[in-house]
Amino acid sequence: MKTWDAIVIGGGHNGLVNACYLQRAGLDVLVVEKNDWVGGAAVSRSLTPGFLYSNCSYVCSLFRPEIMRDLELPRFGLQVIAYEGGAVFTRDGDYLANYRDHDAHRREFARFSKRDAEAYDRYARDVTRQCRFIQPLLMRTAPDPTSLKPRDVGELMYIAKKFYDLGPSQMAETLRFWTMSISEFLDEYFETDVIKANFSISGIIGTALGPMSPGTAYVLLHHYMGEVDGSVGAWGYARGGMGAITKALSESFQASGGAIRTGAEVDKVLVKDGRTTGIVLAGGEEIRGKLVISNADVKRTFLKLVEEKELPNVFLRRVKNFKIRGSSGKVNIALDSLPEFPALPKDAPSIRGDLHFTDSVERMERAYDDWKAGRWSADPFLDMMIPTTLDPTMTPPGKHFMSCFVQYCPPKVEGRDWTDADRDAFAETVISQIADYSPGFRDRILHMEVRTPRELEAEVGLTEGNIFQGELTFDQLLFNRPVQGYAQYRSPIGGLYICGSSTHPGGGVMGAPGRNAAAEILRDLSKPTRHMSPAHDVI
Amino acid sequence: MTSSDVQQQVASRWTARHDVVVIGGGHNGLVCATLLAKSGRKVLLLEAASELGGGARTDEFAPGFRVSSVAHLLNRLHPDVVKELDLEKHGLKFAPAELVPSTSLSAKDGPLTLTGAYGAGLAGASVSEAAAWKDLRAQLIRYAGILKPFLSRRPPDLRGKMSMAETFALGQTALALKKLGKEDMRDFLRVILMNVADLLDEQLTDNRLKGLLAFDAVLGSHLGPRSPTSLLGLYYRLAGEIGGAPGAQLVPKGGMGSVVAAIAGAASKAGVVLRTEAPIVKIRVEDGRATGVVLENGGEIAATTVISAADPSTTFLDLVGPRELDTGFVRKISNIRNYGDAAKLHLALERPPEFAGVDAVGLKGRLVIAPSTDHVERAFNPSKYGEFSPEPVLEITLPSLADPSLAPDGACVLSAVVQYAPYRLREGWESGKPKFLNAIMGVLEKYSPGIGKTVRHTELLTPVDIEARYRMPGGHWHHGELQADQMLMSRPVFGAEGYATPIDGLYLCGAGSHPGGGVSGAPGLNAARRIIAMERQS
Repeated sequence: MKTWDAIVIGGGHNGLVNACYLQRAGLDVLVVEKNDWVGGAAVSRSLTPGFLYSNCSYVCSLFRPEIMRDLELPRFGLQVIAYEGGAVFTRDGDYLANYRDHDAHRREFARFSKRDAEAYDRYARDVTRQCRFIQPLLMRTAPDPTSLKPRDVGELMYIAKKFYDLGPSQMAETLRFWTMSISEFLDEYFETDVIKANFSISGIIGTALGPMSPGTAYVLLHHYMGEVDGSVGAWGYARGGMGAITKALSESFQASGGAIRTGAEVDKVLVKDGRTTGIVLAGGEEIRGKLVISNADVKRTFLKLVEEKELPNVFLRRVKNFKIRGSSGKVNIALDSLPEFPALPKDAPSIRGDLHFTDSVERMERAYDDWKAGRWSADPFLDMMIPTTLDPTMTPPGKHFMSCFVQYCPPKVEGRDWTDADRDAFAETVISQIADYSPGFRDRILHMEVRTPRELEAEVGLTEGNIFQGELTFDQLLFNRPVQGYAQYRSPIGGLYICGSSTHPGGGVMGAPGRNAAAEILRDLSKPTRHMSPAHDVI
Repeated sequence: MTSSDVQQQVASRWTARHDVVVIGGGHNGLVCATLLAKSGRKVLLLEAASELGGGARTDEFAPGFRVSSVAHLLNRLHPDVVKELDLEKHGLKFAPAELVPSTSLSAKDGPLTLTGAYGAGLAGASVSEAAAWKDLRAQLIRYAGILKPFLSRRPPDLRGKMSMAETFALGQTALALKKLGKEDMRDFLRVILMNVADLLDEQLTDNRLKGLLAFDAVLGSHLGPRSPTSLLGLYYRLAGEIGGAPGAQLVPKGGMGSVVAAIAGAASKAGVVLRTEAPIVKIRVEDGRATGVVLENGGEIAATTVISAADPSTTFLDLVGPRELDTGFVRKISNIRNYGDAAKLHLALERPPEFAGVDAVGLKGRLVIAPSTDHVERAFNPSKYGEFSPEPVLEITLPSLADPSLAPDGACVLSAVVQYAPYRLREGWESGKPKFLNAIMGVLEKYSPGIGKTVRHTELLTPVDIEARYRMPGGHWHHGELQADQMLMSRPVFGAEGYATPIDGLYLCGAGSHPGGGVSGAPGLNAARRIIAMERQS
């Protein structure tokens, strides 16, 4: 029987990134994916004839440009189209537009408040400074503060030096920033509610926290660290939907000789004398491998695929304590024609960007209170996009695809499992909110896919349907992610690694976890990593 | 001397020069003044009210009924303060017998009691829960012990200007961390900024116990148990000690005023000149240096060193004034979050109330109404939107049971801290106060049926009342939120974090400075030490 050098469980973007780097380093790599298609949560699915749905992740920005270059993704068809901005609709029929252009953005703020327009310069500067500090850490393995190994100590020194270079007062600012709530942080700059709501969005997307929860200022950073074609903080659509990213990755992988098996669900990871020897598929088929790398989240990997007896108790306890919380849902809609939003001026660029209806921090926080009580938000926060306004390749001419990310949506409804009736009621909550701002919206709907955490977990395999494979709170960042002592992509089992968003630096279609895991694996094999470029500096 | 004498003396443009003028006669101001006087300085302390003590006073709220008006439990008076001020000599003595238990009330399952120093013993819980609590308590106290040394030090200096001793002290902390052992250190680094609810769910099952711990973690802060960093509140609580027992607590005889009396005694003995009814309106600043203070009645007092126990925003924005300060610094000061969420309820009762299942010993201790973590979280939610909790959580003491002198014969004083009562109540406290009082009495009736009929007199202090009566802007007893982003070098703001301020000769020594509020005296202690050290250098 053939023995692979490495078997990657799960064909999500991190699994594929990891596989690409290993294959290019000369390993013989196999990727096994349970679905009949690759992509995990970065897919373009045809759910109704003629329409492509980005039915999980829906925008692109965080994906590391270094990885795009290393793996030649543009050559394999990846093209990201940056969008201009978006808008927040206010209940009084007005709207606040967002622009990539700083000055245009400031002028828009001035419509609401001169003071806020001035504060925006200070805000942009301060946030960029925080990004600059954190971004290089994305592409480095987090050091273990309890270790005296030269490498860990060295990495700690590196971070300490970067921190020290900020200078005393910025050091203090950074320490404050990391533990602040996004709402408190914004209060220090802005006075207008809709402007604060607009910025606080990035502080909560994907997390089970409200804008008033300490630590959400950092989450904002996590969404700001991305870039499109070198413009930091910009967001864009992948031409052909988010599947274009994983399609390019799998083609790059196969072009360098890698093999992919879809429709192959893994039942368990084989372990012999504390070392992995391969995997067993659901059908019972055994596949041998010297290394096994799991793209699944840390709970799924160690509580479902590996037998308990193979793992130390302390490790198991920590895996069980790792917080993965479903907090969001998704409504994907095929539209007969472009919806109208009377509030927007004709041909406003905003329609081509992200649209929101939550015009106050309080509404956002109250939506979170519903989640805490085990209900989906009665007045949910929507992150709504119509990528077909910039990318006509996803639908027939004149038709459109709309992606609605919805927060908050609990993993269980008041403690019990989701029913189809719940799901429909949830969808109705979303549609009626949109219809309030877009007359005749319902009539444009051709087809609709509703995804609660239940569907996300069942199809994509994300525990509780959490899009980040684990909360982004301090107790689960850096050397604490996913668990203390195993935050460097290794596991207590020899030859078994994890490379998903459960690991540092966390979620989003970023690719960094997969890339960093590959670096550690190659280090263990003492193979060169010349083909992996380090993080570039932020300008 | 009578207050009118003071007025006269002050009015007659008092020329006597002092080395040090301390603004504010709360416990921190008194501690700082005493230590500086002991160091040989000529110290004058000015208190605006007619009585010393500030938030640690004992006040009469109804004829014959007296109560500790803000802080009603002693659980963190710093051992160095007790030692260096010789407070035992000045009448402050606590026998181990005085330590009181904490009881978590539950309408459903009856009471659960933490006996000894913060639950050394646990009564009313299952065997397995008691075992789980034993482990958790040991862990919490162990971790709080790592943080404890920071209480009596100035925050680490990010400018790197630290004395040998201070650098060594930091090294000690690193060493203490290492001493925990690898796995324990890793757990410490995980939980340090965690929320209290998750940790409790990981290790405990009893809602009454979880509710009480969650309550203690968020007591006096604008956080719910599910807010990240809320666990820090519990560590802060457990870093406190009484007679060497971490987490121990007692209801001081004669109320908190007796503690202040002891400190004031030490102050007078050390030669501090204490002046009440002497509110000041301005801190004189000449070319960036504090030269004295101006009293409300126009009197001026010159001093080489001015120390403010008042909260930072009053000190810098009102007394010093923005003109003397850098705009960035002024912005930081005005960004300090100092809106209180805790109200104080005082009831004059005809007879001691009864709480089902609570014995005489329990009644003399602390009674907490916070039946579960979720209950506390639900109480917190409305406060985010400027609304009070329809079902508030309470910490109750009945001080007159241990000290009958606080109430007329047979009658009883009930003192309770109540959350959440946001300072900025949307409808305004004018109309909100009676509604909130109803909500509180509703809860009390549930746990002590008939208590309402025995109420002779009621005093409810909302944060707005506390602000007015004790000169604490925002009515926050910590002089500013005690959350991670307002701790250590960010307390009150970077630039004034080491008790010294941008104004030469002006220092802070109040709860707004590191390590924060509660009747600990630590800010006053650290400030005095820092001032002595700095003036020795110059």
